[in-house]
Amino acid sequence: MTTVDAFSTDPADAVPHTPAPDRLNGSSPRTPGAELPEHPEFLWSNPDPQKAYDVVVIGGGGHGLATAHYLAKNHGITNVAVLEKGWLAGGNTARNTTLIRSNYLWDESAAIYEHSLKLWEGLEDDLGYPILFSQRGVLNLAHTLQDVRDSVRRVEANVLNGVDAEWLEPDEVRKVCPIVNTSTDIRYPVLGATYQPRAGIAKHDYVAWGFARRVDEAGIDIIQDCEVTGFVRDGNRVTGVRTTRGDIACGKVALAAAGSTSVLTDMLGLRVPIQSHPLQALVSELLEPVHPTIVMSNAVHVYVSQAHKGELVMGAGVDAYNGYGQRGAFHIIERQMAAAVELFPVFARAHLLRTWGGIVDTTPDASPIVGRTPYDNVFLNCGWGTGGFKATPGVGWVFADTIANDEPHPYAAPFSLDRFVTGRLVDEHGAAAVAH
Amino acid sequence: MQMIRCPWCGPREEVEFHYGGQAHVPYPAEPAALSDEEWAHYVFFRDNTRGAFAERWSHSAGCRRWFNALRDTVSYRFLAVYRPGDPRPVLDQTPTAGASS
Ligand SMILES: Cc1cc2nc3c(=O)[nH]c(=O)nc-3n(C[C@H](O)[C@H](O)[C@H](O)COP(=O)(O)OP(=O)(O)OC[C@H]3O[C@@H](n4cnc5c(N)ncnc54)[C@H](O)[C@@H]3O)c2cc1C
Ligand SMILES: [Zn+2]
Repeated sequence: MTTVDAFSTDPADAVPHTPAPDRLNGSSPRTPGAELPEHPEFLWSNPDPQKAYDVVVIGGGGHGLATAHYLAKNHGITNVAVLEKGWLAGGNTARNTTLIRSNYLWDESAAIYEHSLKLWEGLEDDLGYPILFSQRGVLNLAHTLQDVRDSVRRVEANVLNGVDAEWLEPDEVRKVCPIVNTSTDIRYPVLGATYQPRAGIAKHDYVAWGFARRVDEAGIDIIQDCEVTGFVRDGNRVTGVRTTRGDIACGKVALAAAGSTSVLTDMLGLRVPIQSHPLQALVSELLEPVHPTIVMSNAVHVYVSQAHKGELVMGAGVDAYNGYGQRGAFHIIERQMAAAVELFPVFARAHLLRTWGGIVDTTPDASPIVGRTPYDNVFLNCGWGTGGFKATPGVGWVFADTIANDEPHPYAAPFSLDRFVTGRLVDEHGAAAVAH
Repeated sequence: MQMIRCPWCGPREEVEFHYGGQAHVPYPAEPAALSDEEWAHYVFFRDNTRGAFAERWSHSAGCRRWFNALRDTVSYRFLAVYRPGDPRPVLDQTPTAGASS
């Protein structure tokens, strides 16, 4: 019915575009430069919800959209709705720092993240849409002897799992990234780094739009401004979702609501071991290209890349308290800046331009939860915390497979909800360097 | 910076405090009697309330004492602070809980 301006993140744009007559045709003199170019082609339509779908995906972020894409592409399931309470991909998808890597320690993690990285490598072709995926490599710095041991161990584990990984000595670190402070007289000298050359960054909005366009082409309904507020239950099944745009019946329900997962699982009477935290990031003003790769540091807690446009993009850890406010405290930003200047003295004169926050869904072992639930037809994808953007295509693939076949995809199986009862955790805390 | 009122020291800057997660989670009365599932819930599962949340804080850079607070997890505003052992205070008005953001 209505269409949405794909290049706007303003929900107000989700209404039909009627030109404002006063401005365009009125007698008042036209403002210079007011002539707007033709409206760009719409990437997806904005339909009203139907009465029923085979699959309802809750959450129109990267994960929900990728899940819908692979439901259609790999399983031919297209009677699907993606319900988004705000605007498309306005949650963590729009707020993350887009680091993509697969150099995790444990076999289970390496498998799913490497699967995802391989999909990233072909994603532009699959989506037929530019996503600015730039494989510029990631350095995870080691600053203490224990860091060095853990890092070398992780490199060996990565290599055994077919993940590209190298250990670099300080002089090699300097060659990859000349602006890192490798002098020996700093508080946390750089003793070396792990290096994954295939790691990179991508343009988060383009990724979401590319998926949305494909999903729309497949006949799947993307419904924005549609918050799920309850569930219609029948024993062990959920037969429908209540939304701000009416009740919708469904064959299966797939949760992809990231930081808001607990709000939904509470409505289902299902407990999940998730704590939602604010996570902040920031960008500097636009600078000439100075930073050729991605640098992460656990001990001096910050990570930095330089976006295509030229901003330095930085992030660090979560705000300590639980929060749903999509913002955090400023002292966290101050600490990140202090850490960044310690590692990159050249940044001392760069100005902070903008900070923002998202809500991340953290788990006790810093690994995601993907799979089935005690309900026959409710599927859960959450707990990606501070690091799920890189998983977008990978989890979309395995989650779609899990939904289609009513059993966990092999890459999802280790990340079941019941691992917290069996004790089979996939403990990536610290193991995988900073968790982004 | 947000000021947090320590029940013993009064208002101090947020950086003096350490967060302790959900309050009022009792240690199991009979640990040996718990099933694996019950242990899992004691060890790993905590409420993740959107709205007024009862939680533990420690004034770690001050008197180093623990206390409890009711805080709105959407606005981050402290609604009440109270001493350990005191019951969760009852608020007259509901805060922003449920408000969409
Ligand atoms: C500051 C920051 C930096 C990060 N940096 C990185 C990084 O460098 N690399 C990395 O891999 N990951 C990073 N992450 C984590 C990553 O962003 C998330 O793990 C990932 O985006 C989560 O999946 P998603 O994209 O589907 O989430 P989201 O985009 O948050 O999508 C979830 C959607 O569900 C919707 N929703 C919630 N409740 C309802 C409801 N009741 N009804 C309807 N819709 C609902 C929300 O509005 C939202 O749009 C970062 C996160 C933040 C906040
Ligand atoms: Zn005190």
